[in-house]
Amino acid sequence: MSKPVLATTSLAGCFGCHMSILDIDERILQLIELVEFNKSPVDDIKTFTKPVDIGIIEGGCCNSENVEVLRSFRKNCKILISLGECAIMGGLPALRNGIPVEECLHEAYIGGPTVQLNTKHILPNDDELPMLLDKVYPCHEIVKIDYFLPGCPPRADLIWDALVALITGDPLKLPYEVIKFD
Amino acid sequence: MSNLIKFKIDGTECMAEAGTFIVEAARQNGVFIPTLCNMPGVKPKGSCRICTVRINGRLMTSCTTPVTDGMEIDSSSPDIIDLRKSIVELLFVSGNHFCPACEKSGNCELQALGYLYQMMVPRYPYDFPLREVDASSPKIIKDQNRCILCKRCIKSIKDEDGKSYFAFRSRGNHLEVVLDAELASTMTDELAEKAMQNCPVGSILVKEKGFETPIGKRKFDHQPIGSDIHI
Repeated sequence: MSKPVLATTSLAGCFGCHMSILDIDERILQLIELVEFNKSPVDDIKTFTKPVDIGIIEGGCCNSENVEVLRSFRKNCKILISLGECAIMGGLPALRNGIPVEECLHEAYIGGPTVQLNTKHILPNDDELPMLLDKVYPCHEIVKIDYFLPGCPPRADLIWDALVALITGDPLKLPYEVIKFD
Repeated sequence: MSNLIKFKIDGTECMAEAGTFIVEAARQNGVFIPTLCNMPGVKPKGSCRICTVRINGRLMTSCTTPVTDGMEIDSSSPDIIDLRKSIVELLFVSGNHFCPACEKSGNCELQALGYLYQMMVPRYPYDFPLREVDASSPKIIKDQNRCILCKRCIKSIKDEDGKSYFAFRSRGNHLEVVLDAELASTMTDELAEKAMQNCPVGSILVKEKGFETPIGKRKFDHQPIGSDIHI
């Protein structure tokens, strides 16, 4: 039987969850025995080249590109996992939720106390740039998500145990210490 | 001791003084029933409903119901646990609870209940309400994003004349707990500290303090909430 295929991405996240994947330490050698990586920053494959079994999503959706990538993950992956607080509830980027986008942009590019060089008061508005959404959305409010692993970042043991359980079909034991929201 | 009565919690024989509220009676018998609005020393109100148990087929708040002789209390059926979990989830989605950025994280009772009931994601959509942070008083910060309107501060933080430092303002969806600006200017360090500790979430913070205890040594890092309750 061929190995299960894994894909990962970071949407509106800080890559901390990916760091936590690397935090499984030497078990990463077991991981590459266990799975094959497809589209992921881990191996730098940019586009899906085959159907994927497990997609891991870090970060919520703050702009149109995030939504597009998330939808392509849903389309190409049999199972999707929301990894970390940002994917699950928007996380720190969602601190802007409730504040109008225009106000946020004004604070960042025009009115903020550290803004000095933008003398022409230009707001970024290029066709090449993804459009900001009205708020940051948790991934499961955009597409169906199958599993959720909380934490900021999720503990390496939680990621490892959940992945192994998913791949081997063994029951998942969750000790108290692995489920944390910070 | 003459008033001791017998009752059962989840089939286990317990004993307590007649008239004791179930939460307290359970505690005396080594059984933990979660509370968010209730705390020892203040009059129970039964508003958060997290302490719900089933008695005689009916759901009751155990902080406001006294034990009676022969009472049989169900505090651990899957539907009761799910009901409590759903209350925790509702509280998470109805405010802005950004645990990674909260000074109270690790010591927060709401978060600890999320851990206890293994809340991986709330079943309800997030509301993301726009709420204010009031840092105008000299001693404390009142963050409305995290307030769960439990009223613990209103009932327990008072001056020598019995006047509350905190009060409810507005109604319905706009209801909030606010700090009396005039009284707040007289608040002592001890009272500010007590207000922060009594708050089950991170809505009341003492100024110029935060993240004092490192991760791994905080209250709920290794032990679930309620583990301190023994006979």
